[in-house]
Amino acid sequence: MQLIRAIAVAALLLPAVVQAAVLPDDRADLLYHYYDGGGVTIDGPSLLVRKKFAEKYAVNASYYVDMVSSASIDVVTTASPYEEERTQYGVGFEYLRGKVTYAASFSNSNENDYNADTASLSISQDMFGDLTTVSLIFSRGWDDVTRRGDSIFEDSVDRRIYGVDVSQIATKNLVLGLSFETITEEGFLNNPYRQVRYVDPDAALGYSYQAEVYPRTRTGNALSLRGRWYLPYRAAFQGDYRFYTDTWDIRGHTAELSYTHPLDDTWTFDVHYRFYTQDAAEFYSDLYPRQDFQNFLARDKELASMQSHTLGFGVAYEFKSPKLSFLNRSSLNLRYDRIRFDYDDFRDLRVTGVPPGTEPLYTFDADVIRFFFSGWF
Amino acid sequence: MSAARIAAALLLLAAASGCSRVEPWVKPYERENLADPIMAWDRDPISSSYMRHVYDSREGARGANGGAGGGCGCN
Amino acid sequence: MKTIRSLRVAALAAAMLATAWPAAATDGAVPAPAFTLESRDGKQVSLADLKGQVVMINFWASWCGPCRKEFPALDQIYSKYRPMGFTLVAINVESERADAEKFLATTPAGFPILFDPGNVVSGKYGVSAMPTTILVDRQGLVRWQHRAYKPGDEAKYIEQVRAALRERA
Repeated sequence: MQLIRAIAVAALLLPAVVQAAVLPDDRADLLYHYYDGGGVTIDGPSLLVRKKFAEKYAVNASYYVDMVSSASIDVVTTASPYEEERTQYGVGFEYLRGKVTYAASFSNSNENDYNADTASLSISQDMFGDLTTVSLIFSRGWDDVTRRGDSIFEDSVDRRIYGVDVSQIATKNLVLGLSFETITEEGFLNNPYRQVRYVDPDAALGYSYQAEVYPRTRTGNALSLRGRWYLPYRAAFQGDYRFYTDTWDIRGHTAELSYTHPLDDTWTFDVHYRFYTQDAAEFYSDLYPRQDFQNFLARDKELASMQSHTLGFGVAYEFKSPKLSFLNRSSLNLRYDRIRFDYDDFRDLRVTGVPPGTEPLYTFDADVIRFFFSGWF
Repeated sequence: MSAARIAAALLLLAAASGCSRVEPWVKPYERENLADPIMAWDRDPISSSYMRHVYDSREGARGANGGAGGGCGCN
Repeated sequence: MKTIRSLRVAALAAAMLATAWPAAATDGAVPAPAFTLESRDGKQVSLADLKGQVVMINFWASWCGPCRKEFPALDQIYSKYRPMGFTLVAINVESERADAEKFLATTPAGFPILFDPGNVVSGKYGVSAMPTTILVDRQGLVRWQHRAYKPGDEAKYIEQVRAALRERA
């Protein structure tokens, strides 16, 4: 199944974690991720290694697997539960010259009905006394979409992302960030298994299904602001806001507050709250009045009017392991997030025997756990 | 051109040349707190890229996650 | 009237022009700014006391990665050229000593460590990068400045130290 929505691939690329004119430290992370919500359970490993040479060049490599057991609401109402696996590899290079860092990366994600290749380039420069860092990012994606049980169907997605990021040191204790990104996709942008429903008095349930039909292009723009404060007793507080809008008329606001509190040099605690609200895509509907009601049809809850609330906690324990002497320091980390998804115009079709369009609005909670080990060498 | 216009143009030029020599108001040796690991935008990229994927595949919005800059400003 | 207003604007423009090009600091024959700072063993160390020797001043902090990497190289230069009339002082710019002490416990150095928690000396020397290494000759004049550190830069330091040592006081 399409574990990877077209754009979600871009998220898998490692962020440009560039610190002003110094390459990040050598590091290896091994993570176990677990997601359980809405009838879907996904877990698996993730590995990330980075190493620099002569303080000028750096290489990083990543490996990631999703093992999916899905009985999601869409699957349960229109198909049958399934299990699947998605594997992703990534590699990246960085070159630092003076105050400029050049980076290139490539990643491939593969599952039995979706293959995605992504390449990206970025330039990052420090200026104005190293108080300002400006980055330009360009990313290109090529996806191949197929359908299980259908040897004829094959389509593709072409994706381009342009982004600019500015980081500004405001005071000795405050750093600000501003990002803008524009994402354009062309091709088969929906899910070949998903259906929409329309009122059908002849059907047993009162509604029937037909395949979803999406536009073949989508352009989205996102603008975000953030600020991170150093609190005098040694802690950090961060606020983020992002505004997103696209050609499908989806409008999303994301706001996040987080707090980091270290204890000595051993423990670090994090807590954060994230809120997201979204207006539905223009052609989205939970229930169309009749078959072929309009040119474009969508009943993907990802495009619905919805909100999500997240409350998350994290604990890190830092230590120096005598057994792993080649590591300068290590840490064990546990992060837990609870996310609530509330839909304003997506209904729970597991409830039958009621007039179509009066089923309860769907809502579900998800537990997300990350447990990982980090080692610096 | 009047004398006032020439003077205004010179003023603008002077101001503009001053801009490129703007002294950083946070000196390199004052970046102690900013260089603290807890002040990094993204302390654990392996975890944050995973969470980004969790949200991007369930929400309509994506992009502009940021991540560069800040830090010690060394070299 | 119009003439006076034009004159005023012209005068303002001239004043701005004059300040727009600040006098550039030359590494030529500028005397090294004097300072007196407390060392790690509690003694007060003055730059004036060191006149007659070739002095390398290094501004560093434990939170600065390149500064930490530079230390072993500085230590080698210090032990090698000290008998020839060379000394090295490493001025720590942190507001508290705890982190510096923690670093020095794992990376000992033979040269004097001085503390400038108020950043007064850093300001006087116009430190514009971390780390900054300055070479002061036997007469107390600043002869060379190096900003930042990458592995291999110590070769340049050695070159300058040897040149300064060859000069007579």
